[in-house]
Amino acid sequence: MSFVSVSGVFKSYGRRPVLEAVSLEVAEGEFISLVGASGCGKSTFLRMLLDEEQPTRGTILVDGMPLSGEPSQSRGIVFQRYSVFPHMSVRDNIVAATAFQTRFGWLTGADKRAARDAAAKTLERIGLGHVADQYPASLSGGMQQRLAIAQAMAARPRILLLDEPFGALDPGTRLAMHAFLQELRAETGMTVFMVTHDLEEGFKLGDRVLVFDKPRWDPQEPEAYGATITYDFDARDGGIPYQRLEEDTHVFKPR
Amino acid sequence: MRWINRTPGRAAALCLMLLPFAALFIAYALGSEARLAVNPQDKLLPAPSKIAETAGRLITTADRRSGEILFWNDTFASLQRLGLGVAIAAVTGLVTGLAIGLFPYVRAAASGFVSVLSMVPPLAVLPILFIVFGLGEVSKVALVVIGITPFLIRDLSQRVLDIPSELFVKAQTLGASSTVIALRVALPLVMPRLIQSVRLSLGPAWLFLIASEAIAADGGLGYRIFLVRRYLAMDVILTYVIWITLLAFLFDFALRRLSQRLYPWAGEDSL
Repeated sequence: MSFVSVSGVFKSYGRRPVLEAVSLEVAEGEFISLVGASGCGKSTFLRMLLDEEQPTRGTILVDGMPLSGEPSQSRGIVFQRYSVFPHMSVRDNIVAATAFQTRFGWLTGADKRAARDAAAKTLERIGLGHVADQYPASLSGGMQQRLAIAQAMAARPRILLLDEPFGALDPGTRLAMHAFLQELRAETGMTVFMVTHDLEEGFKLGDRVLVFDKPRWDPQEPEAYGATITYDFDARDGGIPYQRLEEDTHVFKPR
Repeated sequence: MRWINRTPGRAAALCLMLLPFAALFIAYALGSEARLAVNPQDKLLPAPSKIAETAGRLITTADRRSGEILFWNDTFASLQRLGLGVAIAAVTGLVTGLAIGLFPYVRAAASGFVSVLSMVPPLAVLPILFIVFGLGEVSKVALVVIGITPFLIRDLSQRVLDIPSELFVKAQTLGASSTVIALRVALPLVMPRLIQSVRLSLGPAWLFLIASEAIAADGGLGYRIFLVRRYLAMDVILTYVIWITLLAFLFDFALRRLSQRLYPWAGEDSL
């Protein structure tokens, strides 16, 4: 039984199809990279996993259960931008992962102290301890994304969704973020879906790299058909992008 | 060098800032002097020294009949009405704006109604307010409330809709309920905007206040201006106008500093 099971998912906005016949089985703890050209439905697919949007047809099961129709705590998300709360200090952004689950969103007394201590430890670990009282706007892009990932993880989701999380970072910071993410993942063993435009990044971090593309293309009407998963590469073995000869590469075969 | 790239230094900027004020004052003084030279009894443009003298008398001398200094009584009465009206409007605007911006059901029900309501000219309903609430304080406060609340509601609901949806999604993935999202995400994010909107609506608020005081009141800054108009007492009118302008400027300044102090994360866009 796979952990995330996507079967026959179609998604269209009005009459325009975005995704067609997407089926996918993912085991718990896998790191899935989603790559493809702009506008071919990677982010839409991620939003459907998040349950911010629902498929027009088809089903998505997580742990054998259908999704509930709205984002929930079981799936964390990190966006490229706007991932942390600008009106809260760095520490409060982490504390929010606990505080938001209360009735009115505020912690008091012992709970508050415990959450602040836990947040202090987290911040120390991710190297943001010295800026705990600052607002996110004063942090660099890399620090903000580190905070966003730590915040998402603090709610202990079973699936982490990353929507081009490192797209706006410079190459050096990006490498540091890769190491940070790999470390976190080794620790928690959570299932990760990451949308990226960077193939190298996709292969380096992912266990599998899924390519979204349009299998059918109408030159007169490029929007006539939607995209689907056309390749499903195995990207393990140290992230070196090669295929073992004896392996079934799951290449998309139109029926 | 292009003019768009030339910037004045500190001293030059200060001089330039004071220049229009000085120009206005000089123009007035010259006009006043010219008229007074022809007719020393002229009441239309009293000399600046006369205005200063009148102002000094107004803020220190008690009224012979009531024994109270009318200037401060008027100020107190007007500020009470204005403060009450603006406070009620701000709270109503904030709560309604948040509800409209956050909840699609409320938006569907209320946003059309609010946009139609905001088209009603507030001064046109002033007679209704006088009929319904009488000529006392309530109708004046109500006019201020009716005058600026629709603007505040529309502005704040739009501001809630402008909050990046990523933040709401993120809050949901952290387990936040609708209540928590309203209280801990949307409310703090629109507070700087509320202060800014209140600053913008202070002008209209003064307008509605003075209009209602002019028509029916027994005290207040607007009442006094329209009362002494009958005697062509330009020195009193001008004193009151300068005082109202100064008050409005001080409120604006105070609200801006308050916003900077309370919401340092909001940055430049809240100015």
